Amino acid sequence: MNQSIDTSEKIHHKFLDKLQARGIDVHACFQCGRCSAGCPVTGFFDLTTMEVVRLAAYGREEDLLASKTIWLCAACETCATRCPNDIEIAALMDVLRELALRKKTVPAEPRVPVFHQSFLQSIRHWGRAYEVGLIVGYKLRSGDLLGDMKLGLQMFGKGKLSLRPHSVKDKTVIEKIFSGQGKEYER
Amino acid sequence: MNYSYYPGCSLSDTALDYDRSVRAVCARLGLGLVDIPDWNCCGASSAHMTSHEIGMRLPLRNLLLAAELGHDVLVPCAACFQRLKAAERSLRADPGYWDVPADLPEFRIVHISSLLSEPQHLASLGEQVRLPLEGLSLACYYGCLSLRHPKITGARNYEQPRALEEIIGALGANAVSWSHRTECCSGSLTMARPDIAEALVGDIVAAARRAGAQALVTDCPMCQANVESRQRHSATQPGLPVFFATELIVAALDGSYPASQGRLHLVSAQVLSNVVKRAAEQREEAA
Ligand code: SF4
Ligand code: SF4
Repeated sequence: MNQSIDTSEKIHHKFLDKLQARGIDVHACFQCGRCSAGCPVTGFFDLTTMEVVRLAAYGREEDLLASKTIWLCAACETCATRCPNDIEIAALMDVLRELALRKKTVPAEPRVPVFHQSFLQSIRHWGRAYEVGLIVGYKLRSGDLLGDMKLGLQMFGKGKLSLRPHSVKDKTVIEKIFSGQGKEYER
Repeated sequence: MNYSYYPGCSLSDTALDYDRSVRAVCARLGLGLVDIPDWNCCGASSAHMTSHEIGMRLPLRNLLLAAELGHDVLVPCAACFQRLKAAERSLRADPGYWDVPADLPEFRIVHISSLLSEPQHLASLGEQVRLPLEGLSLACYYGCLSLRHPKITGARNYEQPRALEEIIGALGANAVSWSHRTECCSGSLTMARPDIAEALVGDIVAAARRAGAQALVTDCPMCQANVESRQRHSATQPGLPVFFATELIVAALDGSYPASQGRLHLVSAQVLSNVVKRAAEQREEAA
């Protein structure tokens, strides 16, 4: 990375305030590299985990939201578990993904958010994940129509995929959660 | 002793057999399970990865339902366990933020292996084994979510867990010493980036094979499905099946491994059938 440290006026205070409110102390990082060393997906990242933490401390929100890394992070919590400074790195990745979606930043790994949204759509509808609906929804939205066809048929053949969704009874409370409960206070 | 039971979506669908084996094992240990009525999805990785509020409020609803039952909560899925524990942590820290009554009763949320590896249950399993799984070498695979982040899960030995080794030890099987017990298999990426899942699963299976394992054993339905479906195998290099710990317990306690159960695996589960058959033959000879 050839970026130099940003001058203060470019630092995004709202972003840093948000991290502080979530208890994510990116300024505590002394770049030991432990987070990146243990990350199982690091070979596929465009920014290493350690770079994500440092760019966050610089307030370089745009670079982070446009990265592949935020979508390829598997949320395995290895980095945060091992960070000697107790930085909640996996939670930082959560904040970045949520911000990227809210700001409609074009995702560098489009299929990943499409998968998450298909999954959430299924829960919003049924209150529970319905695998067949999820797979069909993901395939339609991502355009990845043929991928994993064999696997899907194999699972179906083994009776692992049921054709009937299980649904919760109290759907109104699920809908409330999905239509912004808690967001009334803009946090 | 009674537990509230949170099966979660996997165990109601693709891992229905895991649900059956958990219920069977609990019955053998004299543990009563009361299903949490009208439970909803915990949100899994997708919810917390993209929305803090939804990722917390989905599991919170389950905790409120569990509070009405009052028992400790048993969770067989590692992903559900981690989400329920994460919600519990936030809820206890700041009930007001989550619009939840501050006087919610205390109850424990326990993952299946922590429960089964309690000394009295290990002893009971050992006593009830009808056919020991002798000669079966297993790589105990924990993955991520029952362990990390320890602040959430409360796991003590999060780098060197022992629960699965203790469980299969009680059944007479052999646990190999290997490197990838707590490595991530990238289950949350498996649909969108199968290539990454194949790479990670490939490393995990190769490590288990290097250590001399004939199969893996896990307590996470995501890992079970991902590691079986994303490994490459061929006629010359057969794959390694991934068993649920409770599936092995049922086989050892019943002294049989039905072919219908074996067929649910995406990788041949013949190795377990063979071990059970051999143990049965040895028993007959001895008698
Ligand atoms: S492990 Fe923690 S302190 Fe070390 S580089 Fe990563 S974030 Fe910084
Ligand atoms: S949580 Fe994400 S960044 Fe951290 S180690 Fe796991 S995959 Fe890597």
